[in-house]
Amino acid sequence: MKPATPSSMIEITLDTIRREVPHQFTLLQACRSAGIEVPTLCFLDGMTPASACRICMVEVEGSRVLVPACSRQVERGMVVRTDSERVRLARRMVMEFLASSVDLSLAPGAQEYVNRYGARPERYGSKDLPAPATVAQPVKVDNDLYVRDLSRCILCYRCVDACGEEAQNTFAISVAGRGFDARIATEFDRPLPDSACVFCGNCIGVCPTGALIFKSEHEMRRDGSWDESRQTQTDTICPYCGVGCALTLHVQDNRIVKATSPQDHTVTGGHLCIKGRFGWQFVQAPEK
Amino acid sequence: MDLRLSTARESAAEREAVDALLGAEDREASNNPGRDLLLPALLAVQSRAGWVSEGALNYICRRLDVAPADAYGVAGFYRMLSLTPRPPAMAYVCEDLVCRLKGSEDLCLELERRLGPPTQPHRPGNSPWQRSACLGQCDRAPAVLVTRAGVDPEQLSMLETNPSQVLTAVEGRSLSPPPGTDRKIPQLDQKALRLLRRVGRVDPSSLSDYCKHGGYRALPHALHLGPEGVLREVATSGLLGRGGAAFPTARKWEAVANAKAKTHYLVCNADESEPGTFKDRVLLEEDPFALVEAMAVSAFATGCEHGYVYIRGEYPLAAERLAIAVAQARANGFLGARILGSEFAFDLEIRQGAGAYICNSLEGYRGEPRTKPPFPVISGLFRKPTVINNVETLANIPDIVLEGGKAFASLGTKDSTGTRLFCLSGCVRRPGLYEVPLGTTLGALLDMAGSVPEGRTLLAVLLGGAAGSFVGPEDLALPLSFEGTRAAGTSLGSGAVMVFDDTVNPKELMLRLAAFFREESCGQCVPCRVGTVRQEEVLQRILRGEKGSRKQEDLALLSEISQAMRDASICGLGQTAASAIQSGLARFGDLPAEGKR
Ligand SMILES: Cc1cc2nc3c(=O)[nH]c(=O)nc-3n(C[C@H](O)[C@H](O)[C@H](O)COP(=O)(O)O)c2cc1C
Ligand code: SF4
Ligand code: SF4
Ligand code: SF4
Repeated sequence: MKPATPSSMIEITLDTIRREVPHQFTLLQACRSAGIEVPTLCFLDGMTPASACRICMVEVEGSRVLVPACSRQVERGMVVRTDSERVRLARRMVMEFLASSVDLSLAPGAQEYVNRYGARPERYGSKDLPAPATVAQPVKVDNDLYVRDLSRCILCYRCVDACGEEAQNTFAISVAGRGFDARIATEFDRPLPDSACVFCGNCIGVCPTGALIFKSEHEMRRDGSWDESRQTQTDTICPYCGVGCALTLHVQDNRIVKATSPQDHTVTGGHLCIKGRFGWQFVQAPEK
Repeated sequence: MDLRLSTARESAAEREAVDALLGAEDREASNNPGRDLLLPALLAVQSRAGWVSEGALNYICRRLDVAPADAYGVAGFYRMLSLTPRPPAMAYVCEDLVCRLKGSEDLCLELERRLGPPTQPHRPGNSPWQRSACLGQCDRAPAVLVTRAGVDPEQLSMLETNPSQVLTAVEGRSLSPPPGTDRKIPQLDQKALRLLRRVGRVDPSSLSDYCKHGGYRALPHALHLGPEGVLREVATSGLLGRGGAAFPTARKWEAVANAKAKTHYLVCNADESEPGTFKDRVLLEEDPFALVEAMAVSAFATGCEHGYVYIRGEYPLAAERLAIAVAQARANGFLGARILGSEFAFDLEIRQGAGAYICNSLEGYRGEPRTKPPFPVISGLFRKPTVINNVETLANIPDIVLEGGKAFASLGTKDSTGTRLFCLSGCVRRPGLYEVPLGTTLGALLDMAGSVPEGRTLLAVLLGGAAGSFVGPEDLALPLSFEGTRAAGTSLGSGAVMVFDDTVNPKELMLRLAAFFREESCGQCVPCRVGTVRQEEVLQRILRGEKGSRKQEDLALLSEISQAMRDASICGLGQTAASAIQSGLARFGDLPAEGKR
């Protein structure tokens, strides 16, 4: 993005303080540049906002409903409140809805919001109330590289977009079903190896909740051996071809346990292919 | 795109159905037909085979160059498509508010006894019936839609029906033709009718009869006035949209007319699915040429070359009659190139819905509403400037052009000009479609329909459908205008007026409303996807009558759920999902625990 010239700056009011911001900014960018923190779950820098989770809602004077900061562009004279009663209620309820229906235990960011906004998911059912509906379902293990634990899925659309037009152009997965039954699926719920999936792992890279997770990590977590405090990260360049993808190898006890790529890297934008993402599994023989 | 398809192949019948729509496959052809044909192709297979198999999906994907996971997601979005085998004949039994009052639950019980439990949408099952949301036939409840797949697929709306008729329909070899359409509208003072003036009096499949009854006078006049002239009259008329949002039509039109981007689209929203609403269906079934003429005028004013009518899949007769009207209009120079010898060219296509949102559905995606802005007038169908108007809104256009906007504005109230169609159903003696000037009081409207049956008293009226709110016997003086209802904290919405008397158990109404929103949520955004489920759960908890403080806590919780859905949902569905329930809770207070239906 070009640095904004002064003529393209416009004035808006953020939490009672007037500020000049570039006219092409979203409200989220404007807030961040002003040091105001706005929570996000489905939003990911570099991808088109899905505006689906509704945690980033802010109040804009004159608007009947709250507006999503991630996608709404600033307009001259906008008066925005990011911490009003209405805003806090909406965010608290979004977190109650998610925490009462989805397993957020591998989503530290989401858990932090549960606490920050005082969400009380137990209101929807606890020991003496009927259990609320949840998205709990068996883990899908159908290949050696990654598993799908959709009980953790918040339907942020990131994986679908990363697999589709935003990065991979493979369109192996999509949202199927609708309403509360909506879920991430391949066609006719086929196993991944029978689908169009090329195992680039880009969907794992963007998944914010651990719903899509390396099989190695899934297994280590299951047997209790996953320990991030014992892990180190090594940045390198993927050796498999000449493109020069940045690769971060996560190492625990002298073994590579997963591979990621920095979201802000100019070559990858966080995305890799099967060799960079999973190649380490082949160079180091699996533990028997 | 490099498609990776499974080995499942289409059957000859499935291929034939798709080819009838897309033309035979030409593997040498360099470009595929557009993705916007995905839903029509899926519907073609559904109506030929009764369901969409993996092989059929693969064939459609290959023809349209769409990834199978993507197409699977689209197919699974629509209720009238099945991805698992189904019997050829299926009965969709309305279980919504009004049909419920008229015995649909008894009908379901009897079907369950004879045919087994209903099939659940998108779940495996071979029972030939399933429950359905409102079918838009509330004045002739209980209603059932029967579809029969095959070479000549059939669809039949069965009205005021009973179990043996439904059984005969699903078990027979073919559907008997629709019973003689007795569409006399109940309104006594026919002189006051404008939108309904031809209903029941004109042959809906005859262009010449339409012309004899005043048809095709507005279009030549519009060509004479020029686009600016038409826009000016529409602006003067003060016409507000009749689809529910009451947005000024002229403002939309001007935005599109002035939009620089090439290719403008006109979309007529005939996807009437608000429970209790059937006005657009009556207009389409009984006066389809009027819509075709109105759309040509609207397209002329807004510079649209192409139009679509997105008509809900549950309206077979309306779709059939509109198709006849379009074909006749085209054959006689009222559609196509050089309309009436002028430079103006416009044509329109009918797209059948399968139950969801129009713009994305027309493009072949899951019917998930987009976040606005951008608004459709800037970036709508195929990202082009698009006018989207409701059938009734458009139906007002010919008179506005002919009589002038001023004459139109003299009807109704200052801020709510013209007449409005109201769909009366439930506990009234003469249910049906009524046309009255905006500003008519609720009491006067109920009187026209004969009010509640002898010996009963009025309990409440649900105004504006599921997205509306309850008003009561104390509101009979309420003027039915946009500003009048707004001032009273309610809205006209889609024009649904569902009347309930003292034999009705409000608890049942509220629970059905909650179930409706849960079922209709598209699932895209958290407040609505989860909120509608939580709303139903908490409401059930309250209505089960757990004692003491929990009820107060739960009422407070419901109100917080309601506020979050209203404030944070993407579209109007989630934003209004608590409106009727909240107004019902306030009105019915301590709900009777039992008795009554
Ligand atoms: C949940 C929801 C359901 C709607 N249903 C309908 C409908 O059934 N028919 C309709 O014409 N408009 C419906 N609308 C309104 C349309 O989005 C749109 O505003 C309308 O078609 C515009 O036409 P109008 O300005 O002529 O009213 C609905 C809107 C929402 C949010
Ligand atoms: S691994 Fe790659 S191809 Fe496979 S589903 Fe994920 S993003 Fe799509
Ligand atoms: S699987 Fe992960 S990335 Fe995909 S929608 Fe669910 S939470 Fe988002
Ligand atoms: S409000 Fe409901 S129907 Fe509308 S986008 Fe959100 S989930 Fe879908």
